[in-house]
Amino acid sequence: MLVWRFKGGVHPPTKKLAKDSSIENLKASKRYSLFVAQNSGNPPKLLVQAGSEVKTGQKIAEADGFVSVPLHSPVTGKVVEIKKEKHPVTGRPADVVVIERTGEDEWVKLSAKPYTEYTPDEIKKRVAEAGIVGLGGATFPTHVKLSPSKKVDTVILNGAECEPYLTIDQRMMVEHPDEICKGGVAIAKAVGAAKIFVGIEENKPDAIESMKKAGSAFGIEVVALPTKYPQGSEKHLIYAITKKQVPSGGLPMDVGVVVDNVSTARAIYRALEFGEPLIERGLTLTGEGVKNQKNVIARIGTPVSDLLDYAEVSVESARVILGGPMTGIALESLEIGISKGTSGITVLPEEIVKKPAETNCIRCYRCVEACPTNLEPYLLYKMFKKKMFNEMKEEHLMDCIECGSCAYVCPANIDHVKAFKTAKLVVRTLGRR
Amino acid sequence: MKLLTGPAPHIHENISTRRIMLDVLIALTPSAILAVLMWGWYMLLLEIGSMAFAEFLEFFVMRVFRKKKDFVPDLSASVTALLLVFNVPAGISWWTMASGILVAIIIGKEIFGGIGNNPFNPALVGRLFMYISFPVAMITWPQVNWLHFWTPAYDVATTATPLGEAKLHGVAAATQLFHGLTWNSFLGLIPGSAGETSALLLIIGFLYLWWRKIVSYEIPLAYIGTTFVLSALFWFANPSAYYDPVTSILLGGLMLGALFMATDPVTSPVTPLGKWIFGIGAGVITVLIRYIGAYPEGVNFAIILMNALVPFINQFTKRRVFGTVKENG
Repeated sequence: MLVWRFKGGVHPPTKKLAKDSSIENLKASKRYSLFVAQNSGNPPKLLVQAGSEVKTGQKIAEADGFVSVPLHSPVTGKVVEIKKEKHPVTGRPADVVVIERTGEDEWVKLSAKPYTEYTPDEIKKRVAEAGIVGLGGATFPTHVKLSPSKKVDTVILNGAECEPYLTIDQRMMVEHPDEICKGGVAIAKAVGAAKIFVGIEENKPDAIESMKKAGSAFGIEVVALPTKYPQGSEKHLIYAITKKQVPSGGLPMDVGVVVDNVSTARAIYRALEFGEPLIERGLTLTGEGVKNQKNVIARIGTPVSDLLDYAEVSVESARVILGGPMTGIALESLEIGISKGTSGITVLPEEIVKKPAETNCIRCYRCVEACPTNLEPYLLYKMFKKKMFNEMKEEHLMDCIECGSCAYVCPANIDHVKAFKTAKLVVRTLGRR
Repeated sequence: MKLLTGPAPHIHENISTRRIMLDVLIALTPSAILAVLMWGWYMLLLEIGSMAFAEFLEFFVMRVFRKKKDFVPDLSASVTALLLVFNVPAGISWWTMASGILVAIIIGKEIFGGIGNNPFNPALVGRLFMYISFPVAMITWPQVNWLHFWTPAYDVATTATPLGEAKLHGVAAATQLFHGLTWNSFLGLIPGSAGETSALLLIIGFLYLWWRKIVSYEIPLAYIGTTFVLSALFWFANPSAYYDPVTSILLGGLMLGALFMATDPVTSPVTPLGKWIFGIGAGVITVLIRYIGAYPEGVNFAIILMNALVPFINQFTKRRVFGTVKENG
């Protein structure tokens, strides 16, 4: 099949250190700490308080509006505390529910029947009830994606996993290809699409082979994509497979496409077939800073420190990154729990992350060449320094996907993405006035 | 474990401004060595002395005037200095050279705010200053004095250059004076500015930079290509009055200008289309000055003029942002 290469992008070392480690189930932790705001859109409303007894899979917060999902208890235990903690993504204090595990799982499951017996509306309803969000990291409520207001004919399952180091999607495709395919079929049924693709970067031949084998029974077409960052960006993935460009400011449904991560597809299947709410997820424990390169399934809320104990930190000073090295967030505390969007924990020692101080831009055009969206990061940054936010908007600031390619190649060590994130906040705030 | 923080991306390509400048110096080294072989120790002194002086000036400005206590030289001053040396006759007096460096670094670069902020190529600003202030010294070329290391270039008998001779006495006279001109100008064994003579070595240096992904090919290709085509037109019209197009692109400062001066990232456009426009414009101006203007060579003026247009070129050659198209297909 013809694949459309997007212009720009970069080739960081892929460092898939954990690609051959089978997914293991992490043993239970003592305490779980869950941010109430785990999804983009409205955070759910809490249903429990300190002292509440909860069971595994029990709803502890309910959706607040359409673009919101409920949150479920990952274990059977007791809510010991509801406190404020600095949210790693927003940087602001946010509600955290701390649950202490008291014993073996006593499950509260949703009703279940074979996944093929659900009607499209039932699928959407179930996906919402199960609290499923995009597991690639964006955490957008999946049932919203499954309710497009425009005609959708194509479903793309995102198995690109272009972020260096992370291997959980690759392992999921190798170990659970059937569940992913069935999830894909359910997504297609929900949105009324005829065609299902799976996009996988060429550097994962095992996943490609496994998905091809499993997909043929479902009429799912596997597309091998060039290994180039950020191939897994939703818009660039759609372009690669359909040659359609999602319009600036638009959504995939504007070009008749719905994209879901492969792990999300699997979660959907499990919610349908087994009635499991989303209380656990797969993630990669990796980086030069840990001894054991692992792929694990862990309950949402598992403290990062427990995961690191399992992977065995081997360095004195490091960045502990929620996610991968290109877009992940360096943690300031290891006591926070993982959330629905945590696709990995990457521990990078000081010698890898250290970077000299910023120097003057020499307009070397490397950022212009690297930008997959055809922006001019050097110009945007120059405007940012002069606080020209309106001009930045006109230069398509809001189309920036924050992939980090510009900062990755910059010889002047400029942190473009940090600046652009700030500028976007300013533009959004100004726009609201 | 000590937790480090910092914004994403957490990994970074192994590249820095200093590394880029070092690569440019490496690319210029073959030509620098050839110049020393042709014009001896004085050439070496000009090269090393100019780079040292330029670095000193920049260091002084940054530490004393800008009070940047942590300033560490990034070698860009050395690149400017070496390019300026390449652009002047080998027998130039040391103080003329020094004044050029002073203007290049201070007027050409520092007063605009240092590296990255200068609208014009600093080396060309320096050369223009020297050309206007010391018109005789700047066209007094020593003969090629191959492998006489201890004879200073200022003691060597002077000569005309192929472009100068053609301007004064016509191409016929020039080709008589310089035997095997095309081939020798490719190799570099002709009189001219110190580092511009050998097209071969300059191309090798450029290919190194291209391989290192420091420069792109658009500007040189557009610039040299345009000069070639326009020179061919003149030559077809009157072969006895003009050099053939191959010789035309090998002579004078074109190779040095197109490969190393016009490609200065700070003073050239950022998009591929912009680079094509920049190169074509420089080629047109160069040929017009050479064949219609008063000067024998026009590379310096051509690039400076195009430098001035860069903000406009950048403005009008923006690429279409991904997703900003009406039709999909």
